[in-house]
Amino acid sequence: MLNESFRSNLVYSGIYVLENVTVQVKDVVKRFGEVVAVDHVSLKIFAGEFFSILGPSGCGKTSLLRLLAGLEEPDSGEIFLDGKLINTTPSYRRDVNMVFQNYALFPHMNVYGNVAFGLRIKKVKKGEIDDRVSKTLELVELSGMGSRKPRQLSGGQQQRVALARALVNEPSVLLLDEPLGALDLKLRKEMQIELKSLQKRLGITFVYVTHDQEEALTMSDRIAVMRSGSIEQLGSPSQIYEEPKTEFVANFIGVSNLFSGYLTNGNGSTLTLTTPDGIEVKVCDGNIKQIGDATVMIRPEKIQISLHKPEDDVNVLCGKIEQVIYLGTVIQLTVDVNGRKLVVLERNYSKAPEFEESQEVFLSWDISSTVILSGSQGNAEKS
Amino acid sequence: MELRHFRLHDSALKFHSWLVYIFLYLPILILVILSFNKARIGSVWTGFTLDWYREFMGDTSILNALKNSLIVAIASTFISTIIGTLVAFAMNRFSFPGRRVLDSVLYMPIIMPDILMGISLLTFYVIIRFTLGLISIVVAHVAFSISFVAVVVRARLHGYDRTLDEAAMDLGANPFQTFMKVTFPLILPGVIGGALIAFTLSFDDYLITSFVAGTGSTTLPIKVYSMMKFGVTPSINALSTMILFFTMVLLLASQRLLR
Amino acid sequence: MISPALLWLLLFFLIPLGIMLVYSFCQRSRYGGVVWDFTINNYLKVSKPIYLKPVLRSFWVATVNTVICLLIGYPAAYYISSRPTVKVKNILLLLIILPLWTNFVVRTYAWMVILREGGVINTILMKLNLIEKPLELLFTKKAVIIGLVYGYLPFMIWPLYVSIEKVDRSFLEAANDLGANRLQTFFRVMLPLTLPGIVAGSILVFIPTLGAFVTPDLLGGAKDMMIGNLIQNQYVKVRNWPFGSALSFILLIIVLALLLLYVRFGGNEETEYGT
Repeated sequence: MLNESFRSNLVYSGIYVLENVTVQVKDVVKRFGEVVAVDHVSLKIFAGEFFSILGPSGCGKTSLLRLLAGLEEPDSGEIFLDGKLINTTPSYRRDVNMVFQNYALFPHMNVYGNVAFGLRIKKVKKGEIDDRVSKTLELVELSGMGSRKPRQLSGGQQQRVALARALVNEPSVLLLDEPLGALDLKLRKEMQIELKSLQKRLGITFVYVTHDQEEALTMSDRIAVMRSGSIEQLGSPSQIYEEPKTEFVANFIGVSNLFSGYLTNGNGSTLTLTTPDGIEVKVCDGNIKQIGDATVMIRPEKIQISLHKPEDDVNVLCGKIEQVIYLGTVIQLTVDVNGRKLVVLERNYSKAPEFEESQEVFLSWDISSTVILSGSQGNAEKS
Repeated sequence: MELRHFRLHDSALKFHSWLVYIFLYLPILILVILSFNKARIGSVWTGFTLDWYREFMGDTSILNALKNSLIVAIASTFISTIIGTLVAFAMNRFSFPGRRVLDSVLYMPIIMPDILMGISLLTFYVIIRFTLGLISIVVAHVAFSISFVAVVVRARLHGYDRTLDEAAMDLGANPFQTFMKVTFPLILPGVIGGALIAFTLSFDDYLITSFVAGTGSTTLPIKVYSMMKFGVTPSINALSTMILFFTMVLLLASQRLLR
Repeated sequence: MISPALLWLLLFFLIPLGIMLVYSFCQRSRYGGVVWDFTINNYLKVSKPIYLKPVLRSFWVATVNTVICLLIGYPAAYYISSRPTVKVKNILLLLIILPLWTNFVVRTYAWMVILREGGVINTILMKLNLIEKPLELLFTKKAVIIGLVYGYLPFMIWPLYVSIEKVDRSFLEAANDLGANRLQTFFRVMLPLTLPGIVAGSILVFIPTLGAFVTPDLLGGAKDMMIGNLIQNQYVKVRNWPFGSALSFILLIIVLALLLLYVRFGGNEETEYGT
C-alpha cells in the first residue's frame, strides 16, 4: 500500500522514476467532426501494471484506447510505446493487441484459426504455432476447443477466445475494451478475478477500459477517471476512492455526501467549512492549504449513527431518519439534516433492527475522514 | 407476435394465397407436362414421349444458340462480377466527390426498360461501326449486369462488421492481407449471389440481345423466341422445360453452396 | 476501384443514351439511314393518333397491371407475413421469388400454350362441352394483361412483404385495444404504415410494364401495341431510327420523371437494400 501511493505520488510530481514506462501519451487530441473525444490527454503507463481507464459513456475512453491500438490517429500530440514514437505507425505494426468489446471473432474460422491468426501473419512455423496456441488455450481454460466455430460458443467462451487470440502474440501491451460488458453478473465477477490473476502471472501491461467503477476498483493497479475527453484524476484505487479530487470523481466512484461552502482556518490543524445554511464541517489540514470556496465530502460508511450525541472531537450533525433500506451486509439510511439528504451505511451488526424511520439521530465522523475535493480539472500527470 | 384474426378472415386469406401460388406455378407445370405429350398439336394428352426432347437436342441451330448463350453468359458474368464488386466496395468504404451521382447512375440500368438499352446500344455500335457479334452482346450484358452485382454486394457489405477488419489489422495483417483473409471470404456469398444474378440475366436476356446480336451469333432466347412466334412444334415446350430446369438447378445449387 | 464501372457505364450506357437523344432530332434519310437535319418533327409526330394510341395504351395497361398486382399481391404478402415461424415465411417468400429466376420469355410462352386455340383452356372447355368452337383468348388485350400480371406479381409482393414485416405488431394491438375493429385497424394503421412498400412495389411494376415488349408481342394482337412494340417496329421494320429514338426518349423521360417522384416522395435507403 505504501509503495503504491509512494510511486503514484512521485508520478504526480513528475519526478523521474526508475520504473519502466511502456506507454506514454503526451497532450493528445482527437476530434470526430465537431466533437473533441480526447482533449489534451497526457499519461504514463508502467510496464506490468494493470491500468484502467474509467468513465461514463462518451467520455472518450474507447477513443483513447483506439489511439493506443493504432485504429485512429491523433490530431495532435504524441504517443510513445517502449520509448518509440508511434503516431504514424499503423496498428498492424504495433506491438500492441486488443480485445474488442464485441470480441470480433472471425466467423469463418474456427477457434484455432482465430487464435493462430496473428502468428500465421508473422509466418511463424507451424510447430511453434501449434505449441503456442495450445498453451494459450490452456491459459484461458479452453483446451480442446480448437475446432469449434465461434457461433458454437457461449459468450464467456467467445470472450476467452478473443483474449487468447490477443495474448498468443505476446504483445508488450494488451488493450481491453470493456471485454466483460456482455456477460452476466456472476460470470463477470469470475472473469474479473481470472483476468487479474492472468495479468499478474504473465506480467503483461494491461490497459483496461470500463464504465463499471467496481470492476476498475477490483482489478486495477491504477485508474484514470475520464470525463468529456479529459482525465479528471489518476491514481490507485484507494486514492481515487478515499481522496477524490472533484465532485464528479467522488460521485462516480461510490456514493458521497457533499458539502459546499467557505473554508476558513480553524484552530491548529483543522479547517472549518461553513455551508450557506450554517452547517459546519471540520477538515484536517493535510497537504492542501486552501481557504475560500471549497467542497468537502464524507463517505457513507465513514459516518457513525447513534441516538446519543458523541462527546469526542468529531464532526457532529443531527437529523431525522427518512428511510431505512436493508441491503443484507449493510443497512443504508437516508438522514435528513436541515433539508439535506445524507446517505449513511451501517454495518449489519445485530439481527435486531437498531434504527427506524423518523428517529432523531446524531451523525458523527472523524475529522480526518473528511475529504476536500481539491479541484475540478485533474490532469494529474505533469510530464 | 401474431396477428389476431377472425377465423373467417384468416381462411379467406389463406385461400387467396393458395390461389396465388397456383396461379404462379400452374402455367409452368402445364408447360412441363405438355413437353412430354405425344400429341403434335392441341393439348389433349395422348401419351408420354421424349420425342420432342430428342428433336431439339438434334437441332444444330439450337445447340449452337445454346453454346453462344453459355459463352456470353460466362464471359459477361466474369467481367461484371469483378467490376460490380469493386464498385460496391468503393461505394461502401469510401466517400468521394460525385458519389451520389454514381449511385443514381448505377441504379438506372436496373429500373430502365430493356428496350431503351437495346436501342441505344445498337445505335452506338452502328455509329462506331462495331461489328455485331458475340462481343457486342457480352459488352451489352456487362453494361446492365454491373448494377445488379453492385446492389447485391452492397447489401452484403452493409451488414458487414467493420471491427473484424480492425481485429485483423490489430493482429498484424496489413490492409491487403486483411482483405484477402477476412473481408473477402466473408462477402464471398454476396459476390457469388451477384454473379448468379448476372449469369441468369445474361442467359435469359432476349430483348437487348435481339438488338445487338450479329447474324451469326444467335443466342438461345433469340432462337426460342423466333420459334415461339412462328413455329408450333412441341419441341419448344421441351426446350422451355429444359431451360426452366437448368435455372432451377443452378439456383438450388447456389443455395446449397452459400449455406 | 470505381473506374472500370464508371467507364463501362459511361461508354456503353450513358453515351448511347446521349446518341439516341441526338438521333431523335435527326431525320430519316431516303434509304433508311440517318441524316443530321435538326428537327423536332419526330416528337411532334407522336401526337398523331396512330402513334399516340400505343403510348396512352401503355399508360393504361401499366396502371391496370399495377392495380391488379397490388390487389392480388397485398393479401398474399400479408398472409406470408402472418405465418408463425421465420422458416415458413422464408420458404413461402422464396416460392414467390422463384419464378423470377426462370426465363421470362418461357414463362410468357406458357400462357400462349394455355390460351391459344388448341390450348389447355379451350381443350378443357370443349371437352366439357361448355363451348362449341374455341374461344379467342390469345392475341387479345386480356391475354396481355394476364401475361403482365403473371410476370410482375412477384415484383409487387416482395416489397409489400418487406414493408408489412416491418410493421410493429404492437401498433395493431394498440389500435385493437383502443377500440378499432379489424377493418378500421387495417385502413388506419396497417395501410399507412405499409405505404412505402406499396409505393416501391408499384414503381417496380409500373415502370417496366410501360416499356414492356415481350408480353404484348407474344400474347397481344396487332391492335394491342404498346410503346415498346412501337419502338421496335420503327427500328426493325420501318427503319425510321430518328422517330424510334424520339419515342424511346419520351419513354425515358417518363421513367425518369416517375423515379424522381419516387425519390422525392416515397423512397428511403432501406428499401434499396431490400435485396
